[in-house]
Amino acid sequence: MTQPKISLSQVEHVARLARLELSEADKERMRRELDGILSYIDTLRALQTDGVEPTSHAVPLTNVMREDEPRPSVPQTDMLANAPDPSGEFFRVPRIIEE
Amino acid sequence: MNDLETVIGLEVHAQLLTRSKMFCGCSTAFGAAPNSQTCPVCQGMPGALPVINRSAVEFGIRTALAVGCRVNEHHRFARKHYYYPDMPKNFQISQYEEPLAEHGVLDIEVGGSSRTIGIQRLHLEEDVGKLIHEGPLETAQSSTVDFNRAGVPLMEIVSRPDMRSPAEAAAYLRTLRTIVVYLGVCDGNMEEGSLRCDANVSLRPAGSPELGVKVEIKNMNSFRNVQHALEYEVKRQVRALAEGEKIVQETRLWDPERVRTVSMRSKEYAHDYRYFPEPDLPPLQVEARWVEAIRATLPELPAARRRRFAGGYGLSAYDADRLTQGRALADYFETTVREYDKPKIVANWVLNELLREMPADDDRAVAACPIPPRNLAGLLRLIDDGTISGKMAKDVFETMYRTGQDAPSIVAREGLTQVADAGELRRVVDQVLAAHPKVVEDWRGGKKAALGFLVGQVMKATLGRANPALVNQLLGEKLPKG
Repeated sequence: MTQPKISLSQVEHVARLARLELSEADKERMRRELDGILSYIDTLRALQTDGVEPTSHAVPLTNVMREDEPRPSVPQTDMLANAPDPSGEFFRVPRIIEE
Repeated sequence: MNDLETVIGLEVHAQLLTRSKMFCGCSTAFGAAPNSQTCPVCQGMPGALPVINRSAVEFGIRTALAVGCRVNEHHRFARKHYYYPDMPKNFQISQYEEPLAEHGVLDIEVGGSSRTIGIQRLHLEEDVGKLIHEGPLETAQSSTVDFNRAGVPLMEIVSRPDMRSPAEAAAYLRTLRTIVVYLGVCDGNMEEGSLRCDANVSLRPAGSPELGVKVEIKNMNSFRNVQHALEYEVKRQVRALAEGEKIVQETRLWDPERVRTVSMRSKEYAHDYRYFPEPDLPPLQVEARWVEAIRATLPELPAARRRRFAGGYGLSAYDADRLTQGRALADYFETTVREYDKPKIVANWVLNELLREMPADDDRAVAACPIPPRNLAGLLRLIDDGTISGKMAKDVFETMYRTGQDAPSIVAREGLTQVADAGELRRVVDQVLAAHPKVVEDWRGGKKAALGFLVGQVMKATLGRANPALVNQLLGEKLPKG
């Protein structure tokens, strides 16, 4: 087997950024799957792309804009109805700074 | 230790004065009930599709042109990922590698000398929601969120690290604020947060081309706070270096109550933003024609107007500067001058009387001033034709301000015409001289200041209505010659 493309600690780092809690088994599975994806990038890299602009969007559109006109929002009560922990007119979130 | 040089760069965030948000039609009106101005787009619901607000892009281009930036032909939006409850999507749509505009300049004046500060980039992004912590952030067990602000268009203007003192940083911010307000793209209100400023501060040996370790300062929500916070931070770093400490790269919050900056506990991975092109927003291609059309609508900018006021109207540099602090004030001055062609006199009345009632840069207050330019001109004409004295005019001005009426109506109603009748005034002068024999003696003895006292007594006796030139003339006639 060739050198792995991604280490277990990199998987842990990315999981942490995404606030995902992974079991040891999950981590190893993720590492293997991500490794496969990254290896596929190598296949793509074999293509000659000198002088080709990087594609950020698959659809050839530019300048899709709207006029600055306010439209009705979703009513406050409807929006808060989905909140797991509303508080009066607000969304409430748990402690932000870790102890 | 060698002399240290202060190096400051500023990041200014300006909320754009659009009616709707950056990527959705929710209203941007300030002061609405919490969470009443949101929708699936600004709440980051799956499947919602953001669409760029054309006015926000135009406002960005307007500003870019006013500060001499090159507007990039191609630019696009990017996702900036961070996990914090003020943003429901867990990313902010911003611009990264391809900002709207780059490479501008801003001329500032500090202590009579002028400097040019470089502007690195200007880009568009969306504002975040507002968090209210239950107690201090450090100990709050929970926080509440109002997402009305999330998605409001923001323009970020990043300077080069070209400022060499807190005073220069304050001047840069003030100059930039005047420009965005003149352009009508931002209301410039720092207290309400529509204009915000973060600073990067570092020190280096004077003359060194390399930058020292920089500290980011946040939470400075007024011009005074910016200058105080930066002065404190420079002192803190000088002291730390003198004691052999190392400056750590960190973010510090200005605490205006305790007058110091406090280290913000660094959020882990805070700077691992994983930018990538926003897949939901097609790139923008800004054509030269669009840029030129916007350029053609740019108003005269404060610096140019200041020069024209000094040159064209013969005002002092100081007066020209004060009159151009706000666009509305400068307009007020010019409209008045069109009706009453004595610029220096108009300038004095605007600067000394009008600005007693309102700050020079408060466009809303100036525009709503109860004395419109036409009425100020009318008041000044009453002085010229001898109807009222300059002193009486100041009282009339106050009544005009209070009631919104014009000068001729007030003068007629209160019977405020100036006493220019020599016969009537002569009697008053005689009474005053008779009542103050001691002062008359002083005058004879060569005490010239006594004359001023006597003029004052005559004015007082006539309730300020005597024509001052006539009073002086009559006193000259009546007083015994030394």
